[in-house]
Amino acid sequence: MPHTAGTLAEVRRDPGGTAAAPAARTAPVPVRPLGKPASRAAGRAGLKRSHFRQARLPWLLLLPQLLILALFFFIPALRALAQAFLLADPFGTRMQFVWFDNFIALLESPEYQSSVWVTIWFTLAQNVLTITVAGILAFATDRVIRTRGLYRTVILLPYAIAPVIAGILWAFLFNPAVGPIAHALHALGVGWDPNRNGWDAFVLVTLAATWKHICYDYVFLVAALLAVPASLLEAAAVDGAGPALRFVRISLPMIGPTVFFLLVMNFVYGLFETFAIIDAVTHGGPAGATMILVYKVYQDGFVHIDLGSSAAQSVLLMIFAVILTMLQFRYVERNVNYDV
Amino acid sequence: MVERARGTDIACHLILIAGALLVCLPLYFAFVAGSHTVADVLAVPFPLLPGDQFLENARVAWEKGNLGRLFVNSLIVALGITVGKIAVSLLSAFAISYFRFRYRMLAFWLIFVSLMLPVEVRILPTYESVANAALPLQWLINALDVGGWIGALTGQRVEITVEWNMINSYGGLILPLIASATATFLFRQFFLTVPEELCEAARIDGASPLRFFWSVLLPLSVSNMVALAIILFLYGWNQYLWPLLFTTERDMATAVIGLKHLIPRSDMEPAWNIAMNAALLVMLPPVIVVVVLQRWFVKGLVDSSK
Repeated sequence: MPHTAGTLAEVRRDPGGTAAAPAARTAPVPVRPLGKPASRAAGRAGLKRSHFRQARLPWLLLLPQLLILALFFFIPALRALAQAFLLADPFGTRMQFVWFDNFIALLESPEYQSSVWVTIWFTLAQNVLTITVAGILAFATDRVIRTRGLYRTVILLPYAIAPVIAGILWAFLFNPAVGPIAHALHALGVGWDPNRNGWDAFVLVTLAATWKHICYDYVFLVAALLAVPASLLEAAAVDGAGPALRFVRISLPMIGPTVFFLLVMNFVYGLFETFAIIDAVTHGGPAGATMILVYKVYQDGFVHIDLGSSAAQSVLLMIFAVILTMLQFRYVERNVNYDV
Repeated sequence: MVERARGTDIACHLILIAGALLVCLPLYFAFVAGSHTVADVLAVPFPLLPGDQFLENARVAWEKGNLGRLFVNSLIVALGITVGKIAVSLLSAFAISYFRFRYRMLAFWLIFVSLMLPVEVRILPTYESVANAALPLQWLINALDVGGWIGALTGQRVEITVEWNMINSYGGLILPLIASATATFLFRQFFLTVPEELCEAARIDGASPLRFFWSVLLPLSVSNMVALAIILFLYGWNQYLWPLLFTTERDMATAVIGLKHLIPRSDMEPAWNIAMNAALLVMLPPVIVVVVLQRWFVKGLVDSSK
């Protein structure tokens, strides 16, 4: 991934990032001669041109962050990695190194395969629904001037609401015993029951996840549409293009990078942050119909105590996460280069 | 607005009204359910208008869910995450962008690699790390008085001993959620836009690095800090998976977890009116934050994702 991140590119320009460290001996706060040409120092990977040279103080400043990361990030991540290659007996007394057996068992298990498919369909459905609804709302917001603030306030509300509460609200609406919408569906002759019918459960979870996330895409799309130069839109209007045509031909290409970024973020959300919704609405059921991968990691690790398998699942999810982060960095890079 | 188009404008208003209704639908029915008696909520044509039991239900929910205590917990956790993460991130972003030192790039990568893995994917090992006490780091923690440091930040004394088990402690609820570099990245990006002249001028005036940080950089960062603080507060208040695993005592749970216990299961009295009322109560603090501080919230949301 040679050019995934702006930061990566910067690193390569700075092969001698540590070369000047001995200079720290000269004075408590040595000052770089101000007259030096800026171009020499400019490439120092995100270092301010005007900076301090000290050996100990920066480490003191970094210490809290590095400590917390070591304890709660590096050690756990490495443990997951190690555990993924180990097999423990049910009492956890003996460990055996089993190479990729955990992964092979995992990929061959029908439950995992079905969970992968559920996750794919769920994230896709949620992603498409979210960006479409948010796009329509953002388009409308862009054209409306009066009462825009009021609409925006209401549409932003779900961001404040915890995913688990969003799940609870929707589970209540569609609860076959008490939910008002479930009553309405029953009155229309639809045999709605997310506790028994996998498809109903899937629809319900997708609706709740989408409802919670539309506001996020909406904020970014409204900001992106505002940044589209009015001169372009006016020129197109003079040429006879209506609002819809202008949106498709001018605004959409201009906000393309934002849309790409949001698609990635929606995947991140669908993959990792919908845990609470699943837990509140369906517990992964019925019969695994809403068992997304993150929920399965939790189920296998904390409910079934299958540590090796859970760790292997964690590692696979980490790989997904790294890929998505790379995509996200690409957006940052494009954003910097083209200033959209 | 490029041209006058009445039809399109009306269509846009209709779209936005539909969107707003869609957002409000679950909230409205939660309010209706939360303002009726159990019998009314269970009635087959579900009541479409709010009843008069809202305050009574709120009182019951507050007591039954132990929400008074849990709100305090949630507040401590949310503020702990907010203040802790901002403090830690500011310091390390300052170190990364304003100092030249040996292994600077190593430090840089150690921090930013953590952007890649959300807490959900390393949930089990993180849980084990915290439950099985971090023995090898004990001496380091003692030497640095991390407990006192957290205490200073959260106002809550955290005891750290060799048998350190952070289950059911504020530290266990707060620290693992601070362990990511999103905020550090944000502040670094901001520091890179600060004019070079400020630092040069400060140095010519003989300011030490910390003096420059305190008197120049920190005041400049206030708007970024506020925007980020809102996002982090919402993040902290709305945490679910972490407190669910980390709190086994009911008194140490957060408000969101307390609400979960009020949701009727099949073997309970279906007190949906109490549950929905509690849901509204628990979501109230973050909703107020978003509505009142909307401008800052939007800035924080956009900033913290880049």
